[in-house]
Amino acid sequence: MANSATHDHALDHHDHKPHGLKRWLYATNHKDIGTMYLVFACVMFFLGGTMALVIRAELFQPGLQFVDPGFYNSMTTMHALLMIFGAVMPAWTGLANWMVPMQVGAPDMALPRLNNFSFWLLPFAFTLLLLTLFVPGGAPAGGWTLYPPLSLQAGDSFPLTIFAIHLLGISSILGAINVVVTILNMRAPGMSLLNMPLFCWTWLITAYLLIAVMPVLAGAVTMLLTDYFFGTSFFAASGGGDPVMFQHIFWFFGHPEVYILILPAFGVVSEIIPTFSRKPLFGYESMVFATASIAFLSFIVWAHHMFTVGMPLAGQLFFMLSTMLIAVPTGVKVFNWCATMWKGSISFETPMLFAVAFLFLFTLGGLSGLMLAIVPADFQYHDSYFVVAHFHYVLVPGAIFAIMAGVYYWLPKWTGRMYNEKIGKLHFLLSTIGVNVLFFPQHFLGLAGMPRRIPDYSTQFADWNMVSSVGAFLFGVSQLLFVYVIWSAVRSGEKAAERPWEGAHGLEWQLPTPAPYHSWETPPSRPIISHGAML
Amino acid sequence: MTRHARTALSATAFAILGSLAPLAGHAEWGNLNMPVGVTVLSKEIHALHMTIFWWCVAIGVFVFGWMIWSLVAFRKSQGAKPDTTMVHSTKAEIIWTVIPVVILVIMAVPAARTLIAIEDTRNTEISIKVTGQQWKWHYDYLGEDVKFFSSLARASDEARQLGSGVNPESVENYLLDVDNPLVVPEDTKVRLLLTAQDVIHAWWVPAFGMKKDAIPGNVNELWFKIDKGKTGLYRGQCAELCGRDHGFMPVVVKVVTKDEYRIWLAGQRAGTSTPSEASTELTADAAAAVAALPAAPRG
Repeated sequence: MANSATHDHALDHHDHKPHGLKRWLYATNHKDIGTMYLVFACVMFFLGGTMALVIRAELFQPGLQFVDPGFYNSMTTMHALLMIFGAVMPAWTGLANWMVPMQVGAPDMALPRLNNFSFWLLPFAFTLLLLTLFVPGGAPAGGWTLYPPLSLQAGDSFPLTIFAIHLLGISSILGAINVVVTILNMRAPGMSLLNMPLFCWTWLITAYLLIAVMPVLAGAVTMLLTDYFFGTSFFAASGGGDPVMFQHIFWFFGHPEVYILILPAFGVVSEIIPTFSRKPLFGYESMVFATASIAFLSFIVWAHHMFTVGMPLAGQLFFMLSTMLIAVPTGVKVFNWCATMWKGSISFETPMLFAVAFLFLFTLGGLSGLMLAIVPADFQYHDSYFVVAHFHYVLVPGAIFAIMAGVYYWLPKWTGRMYNEKIGKLHFLLSTIGVNVLFFPQHFLGLAGMPRRIPDYSTQFADWNMVSSVGAFLFGVSQLLFVYVIWSAVRSGEKAAERPWEGAHGLEWQLPTPAPYHSWETPPSRPIISHGAML
Repeated sequence: MTRHARTALSATAFAILGSLAPLAGHAEWGNLNMPVGVTVLSKEIHALHMTIFWWCVAIGVFVFGWMIWSLVAFRKSQGAKPDTTMVHSTKAEIIWTVIPVVILVIMAVPAARTLIAIEDTRNTEISIKVTGQQWKWHYDYLGEDVKFFSSLARASDEARQLGSGVNPESVENYLLDVDNPLVVPEDTKVRLLLTAQDVIHAWWVPAFGMKKDAIPGNVNELWFKIDKGKTGLYRGQCAELCGRDHGFMPVVVKVVTKDEYRIWLAGQRAGTSTPSEASTELTADAAAAVAALPAAPRG
């Protein structure tokens, strides 16, 4: 039934696309742009990962073996900037490009030329950022948070970094506008907002967060720029400014930013768990409300990143309580996922394995987050390896596992080819072992008193650092398997079935396999929507 | 449960969670948890840490138990049939909203109480101005005319150079040793006034329970009162990234008896020990710079 509706279009294929380089340079097709975003994210993931391995190699044992402390600081700074702005955010935009039109019954994104521009800003932005590795004074080394006055001690890298961040901000805002316009205006007739798949919902909310906070980051870095070049003293105490003000502005961007990284993951997991449990998502509406509440709360918790700057008691209490509140909607989500699996009929293909690992390990990161909310205890945890463990648990087996789960899940629909399930499972197994060996011991290190962002440490921390480094190399090397399994699937994978996952619902699965170049040239009919969207 | 039993249990829990328990034989492997510390506040903070930790373990046992149960009991390979009617339950959703709220309130009350105690800097007996600068600490005993710099001990500094060829294991207290430690008496409420010369630093001694940022143009307060009988050396580090040698800016505090403290202070004033002329001059500049700054008008 589903196929007959779209069959004719599949046959006419009037996908006038230019060939060769022009297809990509002038790309306006959501799938082409989505692919470019994903490939770009993958390249940045490996570059940022290489920097992480430089860090872990230096920390393998006490003493300085490989790098200068200044270069080490550049590595931690660049690793964070590359992973956040280069790997995770573009990967989500790539998935949104691919999936949003397919899931809402649209032919393409609403603003295809803007889409092209927002992608092509990225390579230029990262070229600028990576160029800083070769300028006098080296790459930025003050941490990705760019706290002044330290960030103002940077050499020639400074303007390049600021300009790169501006470009990334513009790119993110344009991408977000495109998602909002597509979701609000291009839904097939009959698809109400509360009929949308959760991935579209989480992305819609993420897009609003992006539009709200990227300008704040732009403002903060512009003030840094004028402090550096034009003699202003927004953040210079000697001129009547305050370095702490930067932290408030930065984290007003920064906390919503961490939800920008994780909300789409909630969406992907909310698609995958029902599919492989063969049961509809439990509590769909409460999922939507929980996502919206998390987004709202993200604007009023920023100062929990800076409890040690010396805030008044009332401020500390407020930010402690508001931060603890986030546990409630997050808990609702985790419980809903558990209830979705309960009384299901569960099978364990690679996307589900990654989603299950997400469920366990994101929850673990959430629990350490709850500990961090307790201000007096945070005075010990703050800026220690405990924090490093916490945010890597929510970002690596959180956001990145969800991205990989999404790629495995939708790849057959994208390419018409199946990945090798055995290698996929091996990739899952090695990644999950690696990530835990890498990050779990960092809880111990932090509690025992090891500060973050240090290139060398006292010998009492040697044992767990060695374990952590072993885990890092295991995790890093196993990601080559990911590239291999995707590459070999695209090149020579077995032909995928029309419905590769028997339990999958949603409009994207009603399209032929591989999905046609222009997804839904005529909107899907109401029966297809009601059959597809909600099961 | 006694505190020893709890500590042992928590250590075990951490080790099991790490699935690395078999390695726990080696001395340093056992370094798994926050130190209890030697001050009134550090013990309260440790107790809070353990309480929230046990709540997290309880929540974890429940949630992970539920997940594992579902994953095992409802396997398709074992012939599980999905119950596709189970899509919503207002009752369940109310329960799993309300229970977490209750747990949070239970946690928030003691946390707020400890926080209020931490912020209570009245009745301090000694005030020391601590100034962070790249990459050493400066201590100024207010009203005592005793001030000096404290920087990484020479043995560590030589060993930590890239390609030094010195095995860090052979250096005593590698990276956690200084030339002139901060000297404070036991059983005395000591207040630190923290500020910085150049960039933001953070003063942290885990055994004292907390850290605080030292920020240019701001003066932050932190107090501790070390238990009677807990004399000795306590070590920590700068905790806020402060540039190239951030990792080489340790904090060492020597806790002495009140009598020893008085004698030490008199000796310092008489100029019989370490701080050199040069460092005193620099200090005067630093003090003037800090005094000239506006009082922190931060909200």
